[in-house]
Amino acid sequence: MLALDAARSAGASYADVRISRTRTQSVATREDRVTNLSDSDTLGFGVRVLVNGAWGFAASRDLVRDEVQRVARVAVQQARANRRASQRPVVLAPTEPVRDGRWSSPARVDPFTVPIEDKVALLLAANQAALRVRGARFVTSALFFLKDERTFANSEGSFTVQNLYRVLPQMNVTAVAADNSDFQSRASDEIQPMGRGYEHVTDSDLGGKAQMWAEQAVEKLSARSVEPGRYDLVLNPTHLFLTIHESVAHPTELDRAMGYEANYAGTSFVAPPARVINQLRFGSELMTIRADRRQEGGLATTGWDDEGVPADDWLLIDRGVFKDYQTTREQAAWISELTGVSRSHGCSYAQTWADVQFQRMPNVSLLPGTQDLVDQDLIAATERGIYIVGRGAYSIDQQRYNFQFGGQAFYEIRNGRLNGMLKDVTYQARTPDFWASLDMLGGDRSYQLCGSFNDGKGQPSQSNAVSHGCPAARFRNVAVINTGRQT
Amino acid sequence: MSIFTREQARELTQRVLAMSRAESCRVSVNGGLEANTRFAANDISTSGDATNAGVNVRSGFGRRTASSSTNILTEEGLRRAVEMSERLARLAPEDREALPELGPQTYREVPAFFDSTANLDPTRRADAASAVMGPARQGGLQASGFISLRAGSTAVANSLGLFAYHRGTNFAFTTTVRTEDGTGSGWAGTAGNDWRRVNPSELAATAVRKARESANSVAIEPGRYTVVLEPTAVANLLGLLVGAMNARAADEGRSFFSKRGGGNKIGERVVDERVTILSDPWDPDLLAQPFGGDGQPNQRTVWIEGGVVRTLNYDRYWAQRQNVAPTGAAGLKMMGGEASLDDLVRSTERGVLVTRFWYIRGLDPRSILYTGLTRDGTFLIENGRITRAVRNMRFNESPVTMLNNLELLGRPIRVSGSESGDIGQAVAVPPLKTRDFNFQSISDAV
Repeated sequence: MLALDAARSAGASYADVRISRTRTQSVATREDRVTNLSDSDTLGFGVRVLVNGAWGFAASRDLVRDEVQRVARVAVQQARANRRASQRPVVLAPTEPVRDGRWSSPARVDPFTVPIEDKVALLLAANQAALRVRGARFVTSALFFLKDERTFANSEGSFTVQNLYRVLPQMNVTAVAADNSDFQSRASDEIQPMGRGYEHVTDSDLGGKAQMWAEQAVEKLSARSVEPGRYDLVLNPTHLFLTIHESVAHPTELDRAMGYEANYAGTSFVAPPARVINQLRFGSELMTIRADRRQEGGLATTGWDDEGVPADDWLLIDRGVFKDYQTTREQAAWISELTGVSRSHGCSYAQTWADVQFQRMPNVSLLPGTQDLVDQDLIAATERGIYIVGRGAYSIDQQRYNFQFGGQAFYEIRNGRLNGMLKDVTYQARTPDFWASLDMLGGDRSYQLCGSFNDGKGQPSQSNAVSHGCPAARFRNVAVINTGRQT
Repeated sequence: MSIFTREQARELTQRVLAMSRAESCRVSVNGGLEANTRFAANDISTSGDATNAGVNVRSGFGRRTASSSTNILTEEGLRRAVEMSERLARLAPEDREALPELGPQTYREVPAFFDSTANLDPTRRADAASAVMGPARQGGLQASGFISLRAGSTAVANSLGLFAYHRGTNFAFTTTVRTEDGTGSGWAGTAGNDWRRVNPSELAATAVRKARESANSVAIEPGRYTVVLEPTAVANLLGLLVGAMNARAADEGRSFFSKRGGGNKIGERVVDERVTILSDPWDPDLLAQPFGGDGQPNQRTVWIEGGVVRTLNYDRYWAQRQNVAPTGAAGLKMMGGEASLDDLVRSTERGVLVTRFWYIRGLDPRSILYTGLTRDGTFLIENGRITRAVRNMRFNESPVTMLNNLELLGRPIRVSGSESGDIGQAVAVPPLKTRDFNFQSISDAV
């Protein structure tokens, strides 16, 4: 309140303040060793103000009276300096003040209460299980935990307190050929990061799955190198989620579409809004994409965003047609006449107290199909194709057209059956062509909520954690290239 | 501003060391200002000033170690960090690779702090942004950009008496100017330690020119092309090569630098003999920190000389095991020749000029093969002249191949080498011309 008062009396027409305390812990191992045990605790606050329609922001770690007032005044000075060089005033979409909001991630066990020995023992036992596989030479594994206590208040009377948890269990197994001529790795993509507590680590069963990853790393050494060409692709959710993230979720960010990220993250092919909302055919009729900040266990799930706007869910794409963008309070009015939505969708987020909040991705998911199909059903229906599990190298252009994506494990599909492992596989496509080729969707049973723990955007680059749910899906006639024969 | 002086840093580290009950203790402190201004659609979009400071405590009991960090620098906050690291360390299993802390070292100071950068306040940043937005507005173009600065200090001390201190300033200034209809996009950028070396109007002119000239590009057939890479594009790829020079990975058989049958490629020629790549914190083009996180002094380190691998990156443990000196390196420089960018273009019969690369991701560590795309200024060169803009293209290529197919090198300059425009490692590289660069497909993106 001190910061808000100081900002108002210095001339701000609007002010918000975020105080956050972020605790992280990292446990990392390699084979039978612990390579890193670290813990971090940071506390600070950031004040954002509007003066004559221009933003200013300042932050400090020092939560004492004088410093809070100084920082609020610096934010106002920033805004005044920026005002001089700006032309269009910022207008915020209305939102109901939240008087005393409380929210917490659905964590049953606070990871910071679990003894470190248990975490180390779990990882080392999993490493041993991997190394028991003949040919598996190296293994790394890690647990990363985050607890973020966020307090938000603004000059309109909102006040919220939230506890966010994130958990990331990981493993990577490497096999090396006896003569050093080849090495191949397999990462633990069946296990995904979640907005949950330690129970997610226990449920993940790294130890139980380690053998499979190790066997697949070894199997990759003798896998056939893929023959380049066009294939039907059956994509497991542990792979498809990142394709959705890159090719659907990023281009539907409104700041990108309006040129606000042109200098780094890029713009978007889903633009300009007046020509694409309710008009652009993004993909096939099977494609319905929902943005959702309420999805249980999602990494971007929250009670309110960093502007005090309640968590929302809405359709970005309905049966293949683009409907709406991801928005903040500043952005909502830019497209409200086109969408009929005058409120923000609640997509404001800052990675820490020291960073200014801006538009970040909510959980963005592909809805499952109506038929009760799973991966095997899609494979059985495919004559010549490749089945892909897990995420590999992902690269996409700055407007989200041309992409090239790889995976962790690849299997040839011949006449409805898996016909051995492939390697050096990556596929290239143009986003609208790729989504138009979607012709089979798994049902509820094949749906999995996966996630990206460190999605970068903004300048300075800020990291956002976000989940994507999807069923298995089939895409027809996609160009596959071989990455093992390029040099 | 929370930039600790040498004396303040020494006092703070000593105070923390005095709290330690561990057999060994290392304390790192850092503090300072991070500030930035962003502009987009010809308006300032956000800006920010953040002052922060932090302490990291690493405690050891024999071969058990752990660390804890905090930015709560009260007596209680510091004590909590010390106790947390000690508690974790006691619980950690013995690490047979753990090494004792380093004893006192001597460091040669790097004069990397410039008031011109530390005092770059919001008004001056807004003026620099206006120097780009003004010409863009006048030309009916859309400017976006980012001005980022850091002014701070770092210190490391340990229970064996080591004390290292460095203070410095850094900035990065990048801009992308686009045509109103979205068919053209041009980028310009720079980075350094001393803001006085920046000429915002020059950056603006480059980005505006490239935006205009890149409009209405045509597609050319993907394939292998001679390319002239501007220094930023070279920097985008060069860091990947040096990043792959981990000695242990090489010796363990999981690196391009592994030798078939065992061992590594030190002493082997891997790229063109005109290629020399080094790290040197005192180089006026780099001015990087003279010590690493554990207080290990950084040295002038030559990675590749005359195309031959001179050393790989050895951490202290692996160095001891292999009986070599550990690596201490900061900053990255590729030596060049005397040619200008224009000379490179003039000498090219048919080729592609690349301003910068984007979304670069590893495909195969065996060959350091990467994929990525050109952006913000890709042009066709015909008979020694830039003749037209071409559509952006995706490459699948290795920096090893790029440097093997080298044709001509220009003069190295300091660049903003990170894709994000954030302040990254100090990098100085030349523009270069190389043949048979592998473009795999066309991108519709502008």
